[in-house]
Amino acid sequence: MNDDDRVFKALADPTRRFLLDLLYERDGRTLTQLESELEMTRFGVMKHLRVLEDAGLVVTHRQGREKLHFLNPVPVRLIHDRWIDKYTERRVSALAELKQELEGEGTA
Amino acid sequence: MTTSTETAITTQVYRVYIKAPPERIWQAITDPAWTARYGYGGTVDYDLRPGGMYIAYTSEEMRATGAPDVAIDGEVLEADPPHRLVQTWRMVMDPQMESEGFTKLTYEIAEGQGGVSKLTLTHELEGAPGLATLLSGGLEEMGAGGGWAWVLSDLKTLLETGNGMDTGDALNQG
Repeated sequence: MNDDDRVFKALADPTRRFLLDLLYERDGRTLTQLESELEMTRFGVMKHLRVLEDAGLVVTHRQGREKLHFLNPVPVRLIHDRWIDKYTERRVSALAELKQELEGEGTA
Repeated sequence: MTTSTETAITTQVYRVYIKAPPERIWQAITDPAWTARYGYGGTVDYDLRPGGMYIAYTSEEMRATGAPDVAIDGEVLEADPPHRLVQTWRMVMDPQMESEGFTKLTYEIAEGQGGVSKLTLTHELEGAPGLATLLSGGLEEMGAGGGWAWVLSDLKTLLETGNGMDTGDALNQG
């Protein structure tokens, strides 16, 4: 599995998207804090966090005695930059060409 | 943005895996010839020893729109090439950002398997809500760039393909 596969797989689960939303709302939470927001065993939450970590979407960082979970937006950004930009760019350039063509006709 | 009574975590953590040795990543962060080629595109001046100064200049493009010469200043706290760089970081090109003062930035570069290195950037942004918004990409719509995620994505592209993303050249899209 490559990096993009891992990200898409991690995002393909509603609980994991919910965990990311929680971290987006407030970053740097402990497992206990995240667990309290979900109707799920601690073990279940840990498993989901593991998948998110493997995909690079969550990064843990020790602060004193606590292990905090941070949302890492870089993998999503990479997908945006590599894939989404590519397609939107084409659409934009198609529109630009259309505009050029129509305006060209007007002045010809 | 914090609604809880718990201590607000103002630190931002970013991680990216790059297929390049740590030395090249270190160079891309500290060498002006490289910093001009990705992200915000300005050059930097690093005195890589504790107490050494750090200055990041605005790009030509930014100056053309009226930005001052210096974008960011700070002081090097720790420099252990090519693995660890700790520094203070203050944005001075905007008076409001400047008033938020110095923040602390840490780069950690770890060698991984198969020639892939792990770059982790930790930015401690206590008392700097404006910078936190800017660096998390919250002002991108206003033309202020996509913050660290955008910079690191571009850095990865540059080191892995030799091209930055924003070259404006469709042929580079590969």
